[in-house]
Amino acid sequence: MKPGTRLKSAACDTEVMVIRCGDGTIECGGAPMGEAKPAEPAPLSADFSGGTLMGKRYVDADGQYELLCVKPGKGSLSVDGVALVTKDAKPLPASD
Amino acid sequence: MNIALLLEMAADAAPDRIGLVCDGKRWTYTELLSAARGAFELIEQSGAQYVALLDESSEAAVIALFGAALAGVPYCPLNYRLADADLAALLERIAPALVVGDEERVARIAGNQGHTVLSREEFAAKAQEVVPDSEDRVYDPGEGVAVQLFTSGTTAAPKAAILRHSNLLGYILGTVEFAAADEADAALVVVPPYHIAGISALMSSIYANRRIVMLPAFSPEAWLKLVESEGVTNAFVVPTMLARIIAEMDKGLTADVSSLRAVAYGGGKMPLEVIQRALALFPDAGFTNAYGLTETSSTIALLGPEDHRAALASDDPKVRARLTSLGQALPTVEIQIRDEDGNVLPAGEAGEIFVRGDQVSGEYKEKSALIEGGWFPTRDAGYIDEDGYIFLSGRADDVIVRGGENISPGEIEDVLLTHPAIADACACAVPSVEWGEGIGLALVTRQGQPVPAEDDLKELIRGRLRSSRLPDKIKFVPELPYNEMGKLLRREVKKILAE
Repeated sequence: MKPGTRLKSAACDTEVMVIRCGDGTIECGGAPMGEAKPAEPAPLSADFSGGTLMGKRYVDADGQYELLCVKPGKGSLSVDGVALVTKDAKPLPASD
Repeated sequence: MNIALLLEMAADAAPDRIGLVCDGKRWTYTELLSAARGAFELIEQSGAQYVALLDESSEAAVIALFGAALAGVPYCPLNYRLADADLAALLERIAPALVVGDEERVARIAGNQGHTVLSREEFAAKAQEVVPDSEDRVYDPGEGVAVQLFTSGTTAAPKAAILRHSNLLGYILGTVEFAAADEADAALVVVPPYHIAGISALMSSIYANRRIVMLPAFSPEAWLKLVESEGVTNAFVVPTMLARIIAEMDKGLTADVSSLRAVAYGGGKMPLEVIQRALALFPDAGFTNAYGLTETSSTIALLGPEDHRAALASDDPKVRARLTSLGQALPTVEIQIRDEDGNVLPAGEAGEIFVRGDQVSGEYKEKSALIEGGWFPTRDAGYIDEDGYIFLSGRADDVIVRGGENISPGEIEDVLLTHPAIADACACAVPSVEWGEGIGLALVTRQGQPVPAEDDLKELIRGRLRSSRLPDKIKFVPELPYNEMGKLLRREVKKILAE
């Protein structure tokens, strides 16, 4: 896994771009994400069904992982079972 | 990750929304993305190693920027105002390129360099015709250089500053909320395409899904007319543009500017009287001073609307002075002031401005200017007050070294501009047998005001600054030389003073 990789959810429509990552397993809807969609969709885990939002960045507590949602879906993101949280842009007052 | 993602996401989320208006033509995000993908085909076919733009702003700037990104070759907009010989030298450095714009000129000055040249209309038309099947295409992953900009080369040959996809995305993702704009929002872009602010404006607006309204050639009339007809909500201007808009409005030119919510300015020093007048003429708009450099992918510090209002309303001279500051560092970058030995200076002490962060490239094609820890020495001189407001005193290279003492031109100019008869002022080094460098002043008097006596001016400076700031030479001139971005050309002033 390296920055710039596009990962797809096995459990929903979510797609993310990897901005930063470590060696753990990136999951969506409770199932590992991959560069290709599996033939059989994985079941959506009730614990990871909060949904993803287009254009939001998701990070872990240590700042080791950062994912950009480029396609929203019903699952929510996690790494090794630990949920990621959104990181907000700090919008400029339209400087350019 | 490729900057083309910004346009792809906009086309995904708002396919039919108008993303760009130029010369009356309207483009949806889907049409822009499709044209960028068409441009990819044209670039591949040409075998070009760069995509150059030699033209005013138009849809071609957006299509070429993202087309080049998809193809993995740097986008290199060129300053069409350069003299033939200088432009030919730059074209040679990026050969073979796909050059979009002035065909006749490229043929005349660089006809033997192996470029493929298309006019703006041809390029846009062909890019729309060649619609590839994107499933078959493998686009560049965006691990390299997205944009190459030649610096203005005021001191030496122009340097090729390079901005990687990662720098530009670091800036946009860190400062723009995706799809945050309402469908009615519009940003008026009037900065030339070869300026970093012109490039970041395109990317910011597209990621925010905010309609870009392009004004290829600035005039106060055209600017005000577009604000009214397009209901423009956001605009970026350089100080000279704002000064001209205000001058026309004061002469009676009117337009409905009530849609304007945010006006940002940057690219040169904003005269206090211009910003004060602007705040009065546009009472509903929030003003933002944006400070940044090519090498930092645009803005690194901001003086926001609240800061402007607070400074205007305050009786505290320290707070009022912030109207002339650059504001505070963005939360996504770190800024430090260092002395010549590299020591970090405390608040209030003047030195060179250093910056680091994801958006900071600090890299030239020839070599990186980054130092240990990823810090970029901006060569801008200034200080930071105890509340984090950054004050710019000029380019580090402009510092006058008089008898071993470093004097920044800005402090002398600021004092001179408080004189009622002085409209504009420039201090720069003049040769001095006694001190090595002395202080030369080029001054412009206000219309209808008598030329002040030299002794009065010296008295004014002595009263506010140390005696080492007294000028060795004073010259009154009809006007000071500025470039089209409103940057004072100190090198030219030095020549005038040497005459």
